[in-house]
Amino acid sequence: MITFDRVTVRYTEDGPPPLRDVTLTVEEGELCLVAGRTGAGKSTLLRAINGLVPHFTGGTLHGSVTVDGRDTRRHPPRDLADVVGVVGQDPLSGFVTDTVEEELAYGMEQLSLPPAVMRKRVEETLDLLGIAELRDRPLRTLSGGQQQRVAIGAVLTSHPRVLVLDEPTSALDPTAAEEVLAAVTRLVHDLGVTVVLAEHRLERVMQYADRLLYLPGDGRVVNGPPAAVLAGVELAPPLVELGRLAGWDPLPLSVRDARRRAAELRGRLGGGAPPAPAPAPDPTTALSARKIVVRYPGTVAVAGVDLDLQVGQVVALMGRNGSGKSSLLWAVQGSGPRQGGAVTVTGAAGAVDPKSLPAHQARRQVGLVPQTPGDLLYLETVDGECHQADQETAAAAGTCRTLLDQLTPGLPGDRHPRDLSEGQRLALALAVQLTAAPPVVLLDEPTRGLDYLAKRQFVALVRGLATAGRAVVVATHDVELVAALADRVIVMADGEIVADGSTAEVMLASPAFAPQVAKVLAPAPWLTVDQVAAALVAEREPA
Amino acid sequence: MTDAAVDRSTTADRWSARWSAWRLPRGLHPGAWWLWALGLATAASHTTNPLGLTLLVAVAALVVVQRRGHAPWALAFRMYVWLGVVIVAMRVVFRIVFGGGQGEYVLVRLPEIPLPEWAAGIRLLGPVAAEQVLGGFYDGLRLATMLICLGAANALANPKRLLKAVPGALYAVGTAVVVALSVAPQLVESVLRVRRARRLRGASGRGTRAFRGVALPVLADALDRSLALAAAMDSRGYGRTAAVPAGQRAVTGTLVLGGLLGVCAGTYGLLDTVGPGYLGLPLLLAGLAAAVGGMLLAGRRVRRSRYRPDRWRLAELLVAGCGIAAAGLTVLAGTADPELLYPPVSPLTWPELTPMLLLAVAVAAVPAWLAPPPTPVPRDHT
Repeated sequence: MITFDRVTVRYTEDGPPPLRDVTLTVEEGELCLVAGRTGAGKSTLLRAINGLVPHFTGGTLHGSVTVDGRDTRRHPPRDLADVVGVVGQDPLSGFVTDTVEEELAYGMEQLSLPPAVMRKRVEETLDLLGIAELRDRPLRTLSGGQQQRVAIGAVLTSHPRVLVLDEPTSALDPTAAEEVLAAVTRLVHDLGVTVVLAEHRLERVMQYADRLLYLPGDGRVVNGPPAAVLAGVELAPPLVELGRLAGWDPLPLSVRDARRRAAELRGRLGGGAPPAPAPAPDPTTALSARKIVVRYPGTVAVAGVDLDLQVGQVVALMGRNGSGKSSLLWAVQGSGPRQGGAVTVTGAAGAVDPKSLPAHQARRQVGLVPQTPGDLLYLETVDGECHQADQETAAAAGTCRTLLDQLTPGLPGDRHPRDLSEGQRLALALAVQLTAAPPVVLLDEPTRGLDYLAKRQFVALVRGLATAGRAVVVATHDVELVAALADRVIVMADGEIVADGSTAEVMLASPAFAPQVAKVLAPAPWLTVDQVAAALVAEREPA
Repeated sequence: MTDAAVDRSTTADRWSARWSAWRLPRGLHPGAWWLWALGLATAASHTTNPLGLTLLVAVAALVVVQRRGHAPWALAFRMYVWLGVVIVAMRVVFRIVFGGGQGEYVLVRLPEIPLPEWAAGIRLLGPVAAEQVLGGFYDGLRLATMLICLGAANALANPKRLLKAVPGALYAVGTAVVVALSVAPQLVESVLRVRRARRLRGASGRGTRAFRGVALPVLADALDRSLALAAAMDSRGYGRTAAVPAGQRAVTGTLVLGGLLGVCAGTYGLLDTVGPGYLGLPLLLAGLAAAVGGMLLAGRRVRRSRYRPDRWRLAELLVAGCGIAAAGLTVLAGTADPELLYPPVSPLTWPELTPMLLLAVAVAAVPAWLAPPPTPVPRDHT
């Protein structure tokens, strides 16, 4: 269906090519997963399929890409619209019209299909993706998962043979991600659509994949069945790491696979349990919030929430999109709206409410890194940002740079912040906020777009902050990250706290929040591969 | 039962079936509502009679309340009414401030502000006469009524659907407008988001540095989004064109450009009384014909179909006809008794309605029942 024949892509003459001499074939009806580190060329590969590379992005493409017998050299993306459907990362930015029904019809109008056909296909697609009740809704009022499904539906109406999805679930909570992936697998199984899908969180999709294209980052593409490719890959989801640890071959791709083979491992672990996390030596309260209320016109985002943060503790804030996580963080920091309640930060300067302080002093109490860390940055170079951060906070020159080097060593100072990878940009924004030395640090969805390696660095970084005596809150959807990172988990729903307890308590209590290791080894209370590895080493040593 | 009775009953059935099909809820073609509203506005522009104008506003409000949908733009009518009130108030205040004070019936005597010699002819404040206030009120009411009529069209017809009805040649322009309309709220959103983020870095949000701190990320954001949108549109087939030989393209371009030039020159000739006669109307018409021809030719290049297009049916014709008839009747009423349609303020007279004007208002109100009802509220399951 899709053939790459000795494809090399270059954006600049002297830079390294994102794809070098790639030859591969994706058969009809396959679900093909594309994985690799950030910046390894995943998007380039996906966009080459419908000719956006090089017709739209510029650069040069040597070799040939053929889709359904059509060469992308002679067919620009618009002429491939009836064969390839592309859905980008942010569905909202790709919408052309303003209601669901019109959006579904847009692609067909461009292909000038007869009205009767269009009418029928719109109805079919609405049913196929389970969005029939949304048909008259304005696109902007939909939730993230609904938007993503509408975006998929909007390209499906043209009946493409190939569907290309660039990180369709990266911004979604676990339930919404499930909805989208269920829709995608249904397309593969029922309609025989060929799907090419890029994803960072492999644990969500690898069990459905027929083929894995792994991009190590040097322009090569490793192509093969998922289990075989994952065996030789450094970044891997927890299931695969657990499989490697236990020496399973082939590696398990689904919780079900792993669970059926895990009897022996469960036996080796015996009735043991991971060591309980050492209680913080001095449970000092760094921040205490009482009866926080945040209202927006028509909704109550946060409904009278109490929150206590301890020094040296990492708290994970979870809950579906729109459950009030961000509103709570912004209200606690003092920059966001807050209609009721009180916040007390106990820092070096005594107890204060950050809301009562001017902005430049509030950030000395509570530092917040927003969902898009790039919003904090506006200068042309990394050095410029660091210098500006020092000046803003009247810190000694070089403070911000030192912090940045601790977070990610060796970031070139003359680089433009927009040219940094997601992880590097997050580190820079965090360094800027830490320059003010706040005792409380809040991170809103920091791991969007981070790959496994960057996430591991992020975990080390945040643990470091906690060890240095800061209270940290991380709002996130990523259960695997929470399992590895947090001491305590708070779950929010409809603006209220519905669960609050140690990570093990909360995560083991419900299947929706259980990490993969816990699902495999249940009922034993293991959360991460590292815990299991440590236990296995401990078990071997006395013998 | 006789044959005739059977015949009569089937005819009646057919009529009732037609009537119920007519009453099926649907959105009317936006063009019909705009023609109706323009007709009302034209009627309003031909009178300053406060009774007539008030009735026209009432009719517009009645039709809006009866036949508007549930979309966000349908709620805009109230805003237009308030705008109308502001216009009337402004007119009256202006007449009081720069009044001139002609008129016998002085209501109050405000202290006059003396102005220097060079501003002779302008008077600030001074005595306020009833005639002058009333004149301002009539004037303002006429303007406000016209505005409210257009507001009614806006509330009744989705402005974006009107754009969908543009001819094929202008399709690209229509798309650009739709995209711009949806980008505007996104831009506002990203300004708010970045401004909030700037506060996190301790910025006060004032001064040139703050502006830079907000403007740069917002612009970068907007650029990213437009690139993403362009890529999405391209990969969904936007801009697929039928192959057109270069010769025909040149002909099309020449026709459109030449036609538009002709229209400009013709309009100039028409307004300019000195120039030769052939520069006026003939040139205007020829230019118009050339431009339309060019656009039709260009429209054939656009290969595209429309999803659920608005159709022009009998109801559309009737609604548009009501508006045009209202305009026509008002003009007629004006020729019959002009002094009743433009009631003089000096001497003060009580305004009166003419039967013709009343008929115009009645005709304008008919779409409140004649137009098919709007589609019911979409049920929200979430």
